[in-house]
Amino acid sequence: MPKRIEVLKTYKTYVGGKFPRSESDRTYQVKDSKGSHIANACRCSRKDVRDAVLAARSAFGGWSGRSAYNRGQVLYRIAEMLEGRKDQFVGELEQFGVKSKDAAAEVETSVDRLIYYAGWTDKISQIFGTINPVASSHFNFSTPEPTGVVGIAAPHTSPLLSVVSLIAPVIAGGNTCIVLSGETYPLPAVSFGEVLHASDVPGGVVNILTGFKDEMLDHLSSHMDVNAVFNTLTDKSTRKLIDENASISVKRVFHYSTDDWLDQSHENPYIIDEFLEIKTTWHPIGD
Amino acid sequence: MSEQQEETPIEEKTNGSPKPTSPNSDLKLDFASFWEYSSAPESSDHVEIPDRYDHFIDGKFTSPVKGRYMKSINPASEDVLTEFAEGTSEDVDKAVKAARKAYEKTWSKLSARERGKYIFRLARMIQERSRELAITETLDGGKPIRESRDVDVPLSAAYFFYYAGWADKLDYAFPGRKVKPVGVCGQIIPWNFPLLMLSWKIAPALAAGNTVVLKPAESTPVTALKFAEICRDAGLPDGVVNIVTGAGQTGAEIVNHPDVDKIAFTGSTEVGKIIQKSLAGTDKKFTLELGGKGPNIVFEDAPIDQTVEGIINAIFFNQGHVCCAGSRLLVQEGISERLVNKLKDRMETLIVGDPLDKNTDIGAINSKAQYDKINQYLEIGVNEGAAMYQSSCNIPERGFFCRPTIFTDVSQSNRIVQEEIFGPVLTIQTFRTPDEAVEKANNTPYGLAGGVWTDKGSKIFNAGQKVRSGVVWSNTYNKFDPTSPFGGYKESGIGREGGLHGLYPYVTLS
Repeated sequence: MPKRIEVLKTYKTYVGGKFPRSESDRTYQVKDSKGSHIANACRCSRKDVRDAVLAARSAFGGWSGRSAYNRGQVLYRIAEMLEGRKDQFVGELEQFGVKSKDAAAEVETSVDRLIYYAGWTDKISQIFGTINPVASSHFNFSTPEPTGVVGIAAPHTSPLLSVVSLIAPVIAGGNTCIVLSGETYPLPAVSFGEVLHASDVPGGVVNILTGFKDEMLDHLSSHMDVNAVFNTLTDKSTRKLIDENASISVKRVFHYSTDDWLDQSHENPYIIDEFLEIKTTWHPIGD
Repeated sequence: MSEQQEETPIEEKTNGSPKPTSPNSDLKLDFASFWEYSSAPESSDHVEIPDRYDHFIDGKFTSPVKGRYMKSINPASEDVLTEFAEGTSEDVDKAVKAARKAYEKTWSKLSARERGKYIFRLARMIQERSRELAITETLDGGKPIRESRDVDVPLSAAYFFYYAGWADKLDYAFPGRKVKPVGVCGQIIPWNFPLLMLSWKIAPALAAGNTVVLKPAESTPVTALKFAEICRDAGLPDGVVNIVTGAGQTGAEIVNHPDVDKIAFTGSTEVGKIIQKSLAGTDKKFTLELGGKGPNIVFEDAPIDQTVEGIINAIFFNQGHVCCAGSRLLVQEGISERLVNKLKDRMETLIVGDPLDKNTDIGAINSKAQYDKINQYLEIGVNEGAAMYQSSCNIPERGFFCRPTIFTDVSQSNRIVQEEIFGPVLTIQTFRTPDEAVEKANNTPYGLAGGVWTDKGSKIFNAGQKVRSGVVWSNTYNKFDPTSPFGGYKESGIGREGGLHGLYPYVTLS
C-alpha cells in the first residue's frame, strides 16, 4: 500500500468572519522546534491591520448590544466547539514540538478557561457596578460598559492557551478585538479562528492576524479607532512604543505577562475590568 | 355706636364682579427693567490672604529653592491677589522625598482607623473654614460666590468625609483581593474647581494609605495653600500632604520624578496626552481626567421649562469652565424653535458680574489667557458661518467677563462643535430620530458626560446606554457627589474619581 499523501492546510487569517489571505500576498515560514518547515503563514501588513480594525469597529455595536446572557452562551459555545476539536489542536501543538501531555493540558485548560469567562458575562455588572447613595434627591447608579476595540499582542508561548486567555476576558466584557498572534507559531491561533467561526461569534468580534509584530504593532497601537491595547510582549522598547502610541488618542494600555499560562491566576474578573468603562447615570427623584 | 357700625359685606360686593387680583397683575414680565436686583456683595473683610505664599513641604511652609515667585490675579478686578512660589525640580524633589519618608515612616505605620480619623478631621476643618474658603475661591478664580459657597466647598468637605470612612474598610472594596497603597502620588489639578479637585485627588489617595505631592493650577493656588494650613492645623503627620505651586514646568517635574508611583492629572486633553506620552515605558500608574464636549440631548416630549433650566445649568455653570459642561445642545426638530426662544429669554435674566455678589449667576472668566481663547472661538464660530446670539446684559468694564453665548446654524464638523471651548458658549444642533441624536452625540473624540431630556423612561435608558460617556445626566445636569464615580470614555480620560471606583487608581491589588 502506498503511503497516503497528507493534505496540508493553507493557514490564512480571520477577519470580519471571513478567512482572507494577507492583502500583501506575503507569507513566512513557520517551523517546528527542530527547524523543519511546517506551513506558510500570512505575513500581514499594516493594511491588514486597518481592515481588521474596521471589522472590529463595525462589529462593536452589535456585540456590545447583545445581552450579557447571550454573550455568555456564545462563549460557552466556543468552549464546546474547542472541546470537539481537541485532537486537532493537540496534533497542531505536537507538530510544533510540544509534548503530548503538555499539549493536552494546554487544550483542556483553554476549554475550561472559556467556560470560566462565559460564566462572568452576566455577573460582571453585579461585581463592578454600584448604586450610589448621593446626598441630593437623585437616583444614581454606575455600570460597566465595554471600552471598545481592543488590540491584542499575543506572546510566543502557549500559542493556543495564551490567545484564548487574552481573547476571552476581552470579548466577555463586550469588546471586539484584533489579535496579533505569536510570531513563531501562529497556527493554533489561526485554527482557533475556525472554532470561533463555528461558534455563533458574530464576524468581526475577534480578528486574528499573523505576521511580524515589527510590521503591525506600531500601526495597531497608533490606530485612532483602537480604544485599548492588551500587550504581553515584555521587551522595554516595545512597551514604550505601545505606551507612546497610545497617548495619541488616550488609549488604555494593559501590559500583562506570564511564564505560565496554565496558572489559574489568569482566570479573574479584574482582567475583564481592565477593558471596561464605568458609566454613571443620574435621574432626579421627585415630581 | 359700635354695635350699629356698618359691616361691609365684602363677599357680597365682589360676588359676580371680577375678583381682586395682585397689584402687580398689570405688569408684564419685563426682564430688562423689572427684575432689578440690588447688589448683595459677600464681605471679604475677615479673609486673610498673605502677600506671599511658599510651598508646603514636609509639614512646613518652605520658600522655593530658586527664590522665584509668581502672581495670582483676581480675574474680576485684574488686581494681584497674592504671590506664590514657583516650584522647580529642586522643590519637587524635596516634596517627593518628604512624601516618600512620610509614606515609609509614619503614614503606612498608622492603623487604617487612625488614618481615617485624620481624614475626617480634614473634612471637618474644611467645614469650619467654609466661608473663608468660599470667598477665597471666588477671589482667586472668579467664580460666583453662590457656587463656591454652595457647591465647591461643601462638596470638598463631603469628599473627605466619604473617603475617610473607606480607610479602614478597604478589604470590602475589591472582592477576592488584598489591597495595598501605591506609594507616593503626584497630583496635578486644574483651575476651574481648585479646592474641589484637590479633594477629589487627596481624599482617596490618603484613604488608601498613600502620600501626595499636589500642584494646584498657577491661576488658582490659594485655596490649596489654605488647605495646607488645614493639614498643619489638623496635625496631619509631616510630609503626608505636600503642596508645590507653579505652572506647567513644575507639573512636568512631578510627572517625570522617578520616585513618584502614580500620577493623577485633571486638565486639558492636550496636556493629558503629553503626560501619557512622557509616562510611556515607566511603571507609573496614572489616571487622566481630561476635556469634554458634552452632548445635551433634548427630545420633543421633554418638560420644556425644566429642560431650559437644565440647559442653562449645563453650559453656564461656573462660566462654562467645566470639563463635563453640556456644550453641545441637540434638540429634536419639533421643539427646537420654541426651546431656543425660551432659552434666549432665560439667558436675558442671567446676571453677569461681580463674583462676590450673591445674585451673580456668571462670574469672571478665570484668566486673561482663557478670556482670549474664548473670544478666539467666538470669532471662529462666526467665521465658520454660525449664527451667534449673546444676551444683552451689562458686563463690568474691568476684569474678564463674557456674555452667555449660543450658536445656531452649526454643523457637526464646525470647530466650535468639535473642540472644547471651556467658556459660556453653547452650540445648538437639531435632530430628527433618536439614532441621529446618538450619532451626533458620539461624533467627537470626547466622552466625558452627556445629558438626556425626555419624559419617557425607556428613551432615557436607550439613549443613555448608547451615548459613549462616563456620566449620563438624565433630566438633570452637572450634579456631583462623592459617592458617584466620574470620568471619561475615549479621549476624555482614563480611570474614575469618586465612589468606590475612585479608590481603584490608588491601590495595588494582590
